[in-house]
Amino acid sequence: MDAREAVLDKYSGRVFKNRKDHIIELDEAGIPKEIAANSRSVPGLMINRGCCYAGCKGVVLGPLRDTVVITHGPIGCGYYTWGTRRNKADAPDGRNFIQYSFSTDVQETDIVFGGMKKLHQAIKEAVEIFHPRAVMICSTCPIGLIGDDTKAVAAEVEKEFGITCIAYSCEGYKGVSQSAGHHIANNGLMQRVIGSANDEVKEKAFRINILGEYNIGGDGWEQERLLKKIGYEVVAVLTGDGSFEALTHAHTANLNLVQCHRSINYIAEMMKTKYNIDWIKVNFIGIDETIRTLREIADYFDNDEIKKRTEEVIGEELESIAEERKFYRSKLEGKTAGVFVGGSRSHHYQNVLKDFGVKTVIAGYEFAHRDDYEGREVLPNIKLDADSKNIETITVQPDKEFYHVALDKERFEELRRQNVELEYYKGMFKDMGDGTITVDDFNHYETEKVLDIFKPDIFYSGIKDKYMIQKKGFPSNQLHSYDYSGPYACFKGAITFARNTYLSIYAPAWKMIVPPWRTKPTLEGTMGDENYA
Amino acid sequence: MRQVAIYGKGGIGKSTTTQNLNAGLGEMGKKIMIVGCDPKADSTRLILGGLAQQTVLDTLREEGDDVDLDMVLKEGFEGIKCVESGGPEPGVGCAGRGIITSINLLEQLGAYEEDLDYVFYDVLGDVVCGGFAMPIREGKAKEIYIVCSGEMMALYAANNISKGIKKYAETGGVRLGGLICNSRKVDGEAELVEAVAKELGTQMIHFVPRDNMVQRAEINRQTVIQFDPSCGQADEYRTLANKIDGNDMFIIPKPLTQDRLEQLLMEHGLDT
Repeated sequence: MDAREAVLDKYSGRVFKNRKDHIIELDEAGIPKEIAANSRSVPGLMINRGCCYAGCKGVVLGPLRDTVVITHGPIGCGYYTWGTRRNKADAPDGRNFIQYSFSTDVQETDIVFGGMKKLHQAIKEAVEIFHPRAVMICSTCPIGLIGDDTKAVAAEVEKEFGITCIAYSCEGYKGVSQSAGHHIANNGLMQRVIGSANDEVKEKAFRINILGEYNIGGDGWEQERLLKKIGYEVVAVLTGDGSFEALTHAHTANLNLVQCHRSINYIAEMMKTKYNIDWIKVNFIGIDETIRTLREIADYFDNDEIKKRTEEVIGEELESIAEERKFYRSKLEGKTAGVFVGGSRSHHYQNVLKDFGVKTVIAGYEFAHRDDYEGREVLPNIKLDADSKNIETITVQPDKEFYHVALDKERFEELRRQNVELEYYKGMFKDMGDGTITVDDFNHYETEKVLDIFKPDIFYSGIKDKYMIQKKGFPSNQLHSYDYSGPYACFKGAITFARNTYLSIYAPAWKMIVPPWRTKPTLEGTMGDENYA
Repeated sequence: MRQVAIYGKGGIGKSTTTQNLNAGLGEMGKKIMIVGCDPKADSTRLILGGLAQQTVLDTLREEGDDVDLDMVLKEGFEGIKCVESGGPEPGVGCAGRGIITSINLLEQLGAYEEDLDYVFYDVLGDVVCGGFAMPIREGKAKEIYIVCSGEMMALYAANNISKGIKKYAETGGVRLGGLICNSRKVDGEAELVEAVAKELGTQMIHFVPRDNMVQRAEINRQTVIQFDPSCGQADEYRTLANKIDGNDMFIIPKPLTQDRLEQLLMEHGLDT
């Protein structure tokens, strides 16, 4: 029985039928395999997914520091998404609302009579107290059920206070995971925010946006530091330490860097159509990957000074980490790891692990789509199900005023031939292989099972399963919050990541204790009913 | 205490029939409470002599937790106690949830006194969501009467309501007590309603004829029995009250298929 069969073995007929297509064993790198993804989870399985609201409010909109994001609903949704994502922010203009949680705290009478008046009042108070650049309304499940017209409230307050206010119908029940919320947030930002400032497009400047970087533990800051050192101007970051203000100018950049493909590819594509801004799939997680990324960006701009600075900066950074890199490599070489997280990170982190000689034997996404596993070439073959069709897809038209002059076709093709991921993402599978296993929408049982089979030296996941993994005796580090550490991005970040990995593997506290249930029974009982004897 | 819910198609005369019937029961000396479960809050207008009622939900919204029973409970004709659940304006909020909230609050406040003979729930139109089924859920109303006429859509609604009753009858204890025909003077009306009732497994408990007296009394904000105690229509409502008081036929309805319902209409509804 191979690993995949062993994991699936315990499932009953119906569950087996569903799960078998979500678990893929990869024999050789590069061989295309199809995986089932972005579909409904099986009821009863303990999964790690979040909801549509979590994706919209928590992931994409939440990090905007100068914007008040109001959770319209009972207090639980707002409270439990308060400060949990470690998306850091530092506002030069003092408009930083990241540490706040705004909610309408909807009560029973609001459900009965409708919550629109209360929402209006909440926005009024927020605007008067905090003077934000914009207000975003995120609806929770009960608001969708009672049908509050949040868009009408948004239009009303825009007129009343002269502020941008956008309502998102991101009720938790929509779609199959937080992925639906990313899409809804992307649509709203594209329709109302990006390009809303009327500035001139500067040709031939090295102006870039970083898309899908949420500044967890300061990752985005580290990327910005490097890019600025080389000579790029970062126009906007979507959305880590991002601002509404910066987003309104995002259409003036020359290139979009896409870090998290899953959560932001919609905007990348729409900005290409509307403004002809090329996007390139980058990865700042891992030393080799950061070098590759920096060189590809320099290649894209094809400027000698930029290319020179890129090599200088790479040299400086490598030198500054050389000693530690060698030490951690010597300690981690030959270890194995499992990575179950997110919709892009499980791919990114395999690269930094590789830098230190660690092989990823298990990988899985919570909410990715097939293109994140198999590459964007499968996009035309993805059949949309009813859950996906339920999420609005918007189309944009080329903008007469701000349509860029982009790379000529020949140069574009040339870069593509050099494997630069221009308008392309290759997906995770092509970097895996060799008996490793991929699990989509992984659950508690499958996590336990793959741990038993592969016995990795360390497992990366999130807070929901961290302690379950540790109690099985495997060190577990979080890749959602970085366990209060970070940044993990770029050169210095890779060292921080390696140090945390080293500490966890070499101090396996959970493996050293013998829990009481290993030595004596914790439950006592007798066979009382002869029918069951 | 008998708890009775009155359902039926919108506009069929549920509130009018309920109040006139209650006037009859009141005359018999019964102690009654009417709970209006319609956001429009017009289920007790005839008993109270106008829309004088502060609704439960409005009171809850304005007073917060500090709600007293006498704020929302008024006595009208024959000492009948009247409560209006109330609810949101059309197009906002959730009226169904409002009914659930309201009935729970009435229970908390002790509106359901031991010595009441009857509690009547006058429920809005069709059972469109869980909230409107509240009176028949959780063992509240045990008996249901459906007000209908011989019109096709009224019977269609009656059949649909029966489906709801059947669902809750199987899990709770609710039963159908009969159809009340509030005549619209269509062809073969009594026979048709009787036939549908029989097919559902129940009875047409009374045929209330159409009489302009009802309109006159309504304009004067009174039940017929109060407005003109000696008229024929007053006796019709007294008869209905008597029949309901003495009713012992409580069944789980067997809803008809659409085809069968239309067949019955063909058989009885065309006066040839």
